[in-house]
Amino acid sequence: MGELAAFMILSLVTLIPAVVVVTSSNIVRAALSLVPTFLGVTGLYVMLQAEFVAGIQVLIYAGAITVLILFVIMLTEGGTGVRTRQLNDQVPLGAMAAVWLAFVLIVIFTRTGWPTAAGVLPAYNVVAVGNAFLSDYVLIFEVTSVVLLVSLVGAIVIARRED
Amino acid sequence: MQVGLTSYLIVAALLFCLGLYGVLTRRNAVAILMGIELMLNAANINLVAFNRFVAPAAVAGQVFALVIITLAACEAAVGLALVMAAYRSLETIQVDEINLMKW
Repeated sequence: MGELAAFMILSLVTLIPAVVVVTSSNIVRAALSLVPTFLGVTGLYVMLQAEFVAGIQVLIYAGAITVLILFVIMLTEGGTGVRTRQLNDQVPLGAMAAVWLAFVLIVIFTRTGWPTAAGVLPAYNVVAVGNAFLSDYVLIFEVTSVVLLVSLVGAIVIARRED
Repeated sequence: MQVGLTSYLIVAALLFCLGLYGVLTRRNAVAILMGIELMLNAANINLVAFNRFVAPAAVAGQVFALVIITLAACEAAVGLALVMAAYRSLETIQVDEINLMKW
């Protein structure tokens, strides 16, 4: 019972600010509404016993990415006024596509019998994740670090003011 | 009552569709990036939920979720740098006004 209540509350905390993110005409309010959405997703990770992913979610998403988005909104102030029209002409089409996709996905999810296994996660997730990263998934780990370096250099080169 | 796999998948599907609606209907490039972040979060919820309910002995889903979070950070940095460059040269970040390569 408590698990169900926690799940419902976390789902609402995730989904209601997400509606504000995609519909608000004030872009700063939309960007700040990302924070409760990301924290709700963090709560879902904790319910799924993925504590390390939850911590990283708080650090990267709720901390870094939201601040980055707010800085870019500040630096591009000419395009982000409240009086600027924020929605384009495809609102009916976009709403139809989103509702249709949600309907199809929910029907598929409720009708599929997933092969659930009744096991338990390792007690110390961080140890297991670290072992997996440095044994089975070491190639992904190295490639991701190269991608990080390339995107760091690329972001600096693209955003630099040309003299 | 236990919360099963299907509940998490439905929440993730709704979050994904909200992100899709944002991507399709926003004019502001920064708001489109926010929609993409919502969609990536939905995919992450799916991965972690499948890890918990389908293969609890392995942590592959969490590993993939961490990789996706890293790539989302890269994508946000490069995408926002592109927004900055577009704003500097075109004085606008409304994507339906950026039509230099369209005829």
